Amino acid sequence: MSRETIINIGLALVLLAIPFVATQMGSPFYVTLATRMAILALAAVGLNLALGLGGLVSFGHAAFFGVGGYAAGILASHAFSMQPLDLGFVAFAGTNSMLVIWLVAIAAAGLLALFIGAVSLRTSGVYFIMITLAFAQMTYYFAISWPAYGGEDGLSIFVRNTFPGINTMVPMSFFLLCYGVLMAVLVLFALVARSRFGSALQAARQNEVRVASVGIAPFRIRLAAFVISGMTTALAGALYADLNRFVSPSMMSWHMSGEFIVLIILGGVARLFGPVAGAMMFVMVEYLLGGMTDRWQFFLGLALLAVVLFARGGLIGFLAGKVRHG
Amino acid sequence: MAEPVLSIRNLHKSFGALKATEDVSIDLNPGEIHALIGPNGAGKSTLIHQIAGTLKADSGQIVFLGDRLNDLSVAERARRGLGRSFQVSSLATEFSALRNVMLAVQSVQGSSFRFFNPVMGDASLTEPARAALARVGLETRADVPAAELSHGERRQLEIAIALALGSKAFLLDEPMAGMGPEGSKALTGFLSELRKEAPILLIEHDMDAVFALADRISVLVYGRVIATGTVDEIRTNPEVRRAYLGDE
Repeated sequence: MSRETIINIGLALVLLAIPFVATQMGSPFYVTLATRMAILALAAVGLNLALGLGGLVSFGHAAFFGVGGYAAGILASHAFSMQPLDLGFVAFAGTNSMLVIWLVAIAAAGLLALFIGAVSLRTSGVYFIMITLAFAQMTYYFAISWPAYGGEDGLSIFVRNTFPGINTMVPMSFFLLCYGVLMAVLVLFALVARSRFGSALQAARQNEVRVASVGIAPFRIRLAAFVISGMTTALAGALYADLNRFVSPSMMSWHMSGEFIVLIILGGVARLFGPVAGAMMFVMVEYLLGGMTDRWQFFLGLALLAVVLFARGGLIGFLAGKVRHG
Repeated sequence: MAEPVLSIRNLHKSFGALKATEDVSIDLNPGEIHALIGPNGAGKSTLIHQIAGTLKADSGQIVFLGDRLNDLSVAERARRGLGRSFQVSSLATEFSALRNVMLAVQSVQGSSFRFFNPVMGDASLTEPARAALARVGLETRADVPAAELSHGERRQLEIAIALALGSKAFLLDEPMAGMGPEGSKALTGFLSELRKEAPILLIEHDMDAVFALADRISVLVYGRVIATGTVDEIRTNPEVRRAYLGDE
């Protein structure tokens, strides 16, 4: 077993242990904190596919996060009001089922990512960063100016959506659900990274001309990666809305996009558990320092500076060393 | 004579006022090594770029195996069988030599949209890749990241990739550069055999290698072909001697 695998298993166990230890110690609040870690990690795992494996620095993944959140919020609000969701040519009943909501969230984000990716991926570097940011800001202002679902005030989910066989209102149950989704997605990410698709994607990051010269069109590979990436982040968005039982345009703001990038850089770009390590550190720092000072982000900035200057591989890279591709 | 594999007709390419390619017509026939020589800045690499698709020609025709290539992308041209090595080697530098070749194998199999099976355990990828590496003599370096290979080894690796592509023509841009005398000699012997598999359009500054290998030579000066002919014809051509070979 490689050192990185051992570290990954360790991180997975620590994240799993936090809510149990917290409950034992009589601080159930930490269960929510651990759930937040798992969901932010999931969102960043999605971004890590595009940014880490593909080298596509998307500064607009909050758009997909928000689409996932609004999928949960909108469907739940229609289920609550018993008004069908009328799209003009077809109408749907709302739903409280997470499984249906996740499917809708993933499908909607997939379509949006297909459109944003098809336009943005014609550029690269700084232009790609700016175009993805611009698209995300467009969705942000759209959400703000759309009064039907709360506009700037956001939309409340009165009762957390349901999952078969689980009482999602119990914090520990909801944590385990989110944790399970995170682990399942990590398994998929590990498989994809080692697959033919993952090879082509990583090769396109290293040398686009090389990939084209063996007859693989980099654009199609990247577009597929961008879509899968957006869909994963949307799934996290749906869970995040259910965690807070609230969704607002702030889920789509550029701060959120930046936060996902920060998580990945802190934890380790392109590393399987980089986003997990990053999210655990981030939420911990936010909670511990946020309790002491409103300027906790200053210290986050210092941590980021230290990682960029002294530990380019993030926490995972620092602990496990450089990647060696087989 | 058989139809040429690759036929370039009246190709033009300008960068502003600079005519990098001016009315170039060149054929690459089955089984031949056609060397392209000329002073620095004559437009040799620019020509290769236009054939491979990394640059677009302003006008003229590039016909490969009967099909016009002008409007195809780099990837589409590669899939049709144009294998290429670069003047400055171009590899996925974090990947091992083996994985660089495996990328070509997976492209040939037309299967980059497979998401779950690991590539490293897949013999349908690793076996042909190892075979291609063995042909250029890199089998013992298979697991070394491309970034850690020597200049000469990277050139060999690029040729191995072109082999794994099952190329129907090779475009080799200075394959001998950065190789020691022994490496050049071994590669000369290898290319001499390789032409039987597919013809080679060869850019090379090593004149010993060019004269030993080429069936025909075209001389490019300021974007124009000033002469095409056999080794002896080119050696004795007065215009070529004046423009390029040096008339001492």
